[in-house]
Amino acid sequence: MAKITMTVNGRQVSGQCDDRTLLVHFIRENLGLTGTHVGCDTSQCGACVVHMDGMSVKSCSTLAAQAAGSEITTIEGLAANGELHPVQAAFKANHGLQCGFCTPGMVMTAVDMIRRHGGQLDEATVRAELEGNICRCTGYHNIVKAILAAAVEMGGARVAAE
Amino acid sequence: MYETHYHRASSIQDAVKLKQAAEEGKYLAGGMTLIPTMKQRLAAPTDLVDLRHVAEMRGIKVTGKTVRIGAATTHSEVASSAELAAVCPAICGLASHIGDPHVRHMGTIGGSIANNDPAADYPSAMLALDATIVTDRREIAAGDFFTGLFETALEDGELVTAITFEAPAKAAYQKFANPASRYAMAGVFVARRDNGDVRVAVTGAGSNGVFRHRDMEAALSSNWSPDALASVTVDASDLLSDIHADATYRANLVKVMAKRAVAAA
Repeated sequence: MAKITMTVNGRQVSGQCDDRTLLVHFIRENLGLTGTHVGCDTSQCGACVVHMDGMSVKSCSTLAAQAAGSEITTIEGLAANGELHPVQAAFKANHGLQCGFCTPGMVMTAVDMIRRHGGQLDEATVRAELEGNICRCTGYHNIVKAILAAAVEMGGARVAAE
Repeated sequence: MYETHYHRASSIQDAVKLKQAAEEGKYLAGGMTLIPTMKQRLAAPTDLVDLRHVAEMRGIKVTGKTVRIGAATTHSEVASSAELAAVCPAICGLASHIGDPHVRHMGTIGGSIANNDPAADYPSAMLALDATIVTDRREIAAGDFFTGLFETALEDGELVTAITFEAPAKAAYQKFANPASRYAMAGVFVARRDNGDVRVAVTGAGSNGVFRHRDMEAALSSNWSPDALASVTVDASDLLSDIHADATYRANLVKVMAKRAVAAA
């Protein structure tokens, strides 16, 4: 057992866990943040995606110990002041989910994707960037639509701010 | 996952010492192969030595045509390096198609070559670029480094710290990815030097891992064009056969990928 300290959604947190504890289990069980999902256990589905120091990672393939000292953002950390994050709002508006199990990972992936590509996203890029996220309900169409809409919304907001 | 002990190394020296002190330790780079393998209980190291915080193992340095990539540099860092793209865009392109975005944020070049998965992308680049693998104790030519399936020339405890190579005049990598896993079913890296020397390295297809195809190299040395490969034969007897593709199919893929790579270079 070791004491792990990290910043999660802007708050410094500590917890005791085994060195072998995966980050996703630390987040779900030690911190009670169950929005981050475990979908496949084989590192393929992306339901567990969180941001570590600003970059999307699979929390099921990262040890909590590896994340010690880093800044983690989970799906619970996106909405601010009771308002949905633009990506969350776009998923809602475009019906980018059915059962919702993959959605936390999809949304975290989309936020990372938009950060890296800015307003330059097109459909082919979004589909290629979703390589690491599996959805078994939607057929992806509305997820792609939601991400493109959010990219426009966020790109537009950035231009307006400048 | 079986129980293990986590250690965070702060320097190359520190990492080697920590590994030495461990009963059956393993270096942990991005962990994109090792952690899933441990989850399946196919690996059970007593200790893990985390390399992500070893600053001297990170970063890309381009001096003229000489490239040095720290072993703990991630695939996304290689893929998005403007400095590297200016001298060898082929390796950036290769890195941008490894796994998925999340894997590329964690996975490293050193981890990939030290693991030497027969379907990994980087080993073909190392061979074709005639790269040098720098370790904590020596330098190893890529031609001597990859010795078989998941086998390398690394000694017990030896740590890959960087790779270096001279940027070629032209290079490109093309792979036919397995539609499910996205690992290469055949991947071909071609590189041509200013003096006309050509190297062709094949991954994903060889039953003994990555290999050079000398007949293609000879054909391309005298005529750098996809057509030059038309008369070259790829021997299927040395190639992998599995449920995804038999050896004959892979032999054809190797040739098609080589042609595409030359056309793209």
